[in-house]
Amino acid sequence: MPEDFHHQPGPVFGRVKVGAGDSDLTRQHSGEPLGQRIVVTGRVLDGDGRPVRDTLVEIWQANAAGRYIDPADQWPAPLDPNFTGAGRCLTDAEGRYRFVTVKPGAYPWRNHHNAWRPAHIHFSLFGPELGSRLVTQMYFPGDPLFPFDPIYNSVPDPRARERMVARFDLETTEPEWALAFRWDIVLRGRAATPRAAD
Amino acid sequence: MSDFTPSQTVGPFFGFALPFPGGAEVAEAGPGTRRLEGQLLDGAGEPVPDGLIEIWHRERFGRCRTDAEGLFHFTLPPAPHYNVYVFARGLLRHLVTRVYLPGGSDASLERVPPERRATLVAGEDGGTLRWDIRLQGDRETVFFEPVP
Repeated sequence: MPEDFHHQPGPVFGRVKVGAGDSDLTRQHSGEPLGQRIVVTGRVLDGDGRPVRDTLVEIWQANAAGRYIDPADQWPAPLDPNFTGAGRCLTDAEGRYRFVTVKPGAYPWRNHHNAWRPAHIHFSLFGPELGSRLVTQMYFPGDPLFPFDPIYNSVPDPRARERMVARFDLETTEPEWALAFRWDIVLRGRAATPRAAD
Repeated sequence: MSDFTPSQTVGPFFGFALPFPGGAEVAEAGPGTRRLEGQLLDGAGEPVPDGLIEIWHRERFGRCRTDAEGLFHFTLPPAPHYNVYVFARGLLRHLVTRVYLPGGSDASLERVPPERRATLVAGEDGGTLRWDIRLQGDRETVFFEPVP
């Protein structure tokens, strides 16, 4: 990496239109998608544990049946006319993000005999510096497919693998509405020191 | 500090989510802007059709999904070089590289072994910049290490 590269500031996101509704994947169509409604929330932090504010968080996922709307996904699980499976938001001043969606299903992927991906949500993040860029996947706690998934296990350190698994969050769970999962993300690089007036 | 969130592959199904309208236009076409065209190739020289290329210049970033022939293109503001990110389903972590204008050079490029520098320098074809990305093989593009 050229030494002048990774500490250059990351981009700003004026060109990517982030609408208030973009973070609620259950309200992008005329009806509600099928599946378990969930809230996924957490903080984006830098390597020193400071919040990364105003950074773009993009997610994409399969529907509750484990099917992506992407035309490249052709396995015989149903599409949901009320679910696209893509969302985006900007983090707030405390580095927080929040999405409402449905829990994605597991799906087969032909990598080897009887290969199934554990339920996951793809995340794309930018962060404070060019070197902070991260594309990763968030998993759900206790998934029985973890031991068999080469993508999950492509991270050799078991403790690092656990950092890709959200935890169930009863505090954020909304009564009579949605289960909540909490997942904090730690990016490389350093966020700007908050201004004194903040 | 070692508790960074690990990287995972972008996978094959991002096409409905990450590209955005006008995403390949890092600058609006006009005086001084350049069009860059290229192809994402694997170790056997075959096109990589479901990759994602991002080019960043200052605070602006552009994004282009490679097509069935592995082709990508950008409209770029004037600059001596551009930072490039490469995502593809076979990559556990994205790759980072740079493309320089023809004849361009700086201290970073000079630290690259001379025989490999050409992989970072665009060609010129009737005013269009031409630059291919080779993920592996004899003429593998120089990729820069991630932040330690």
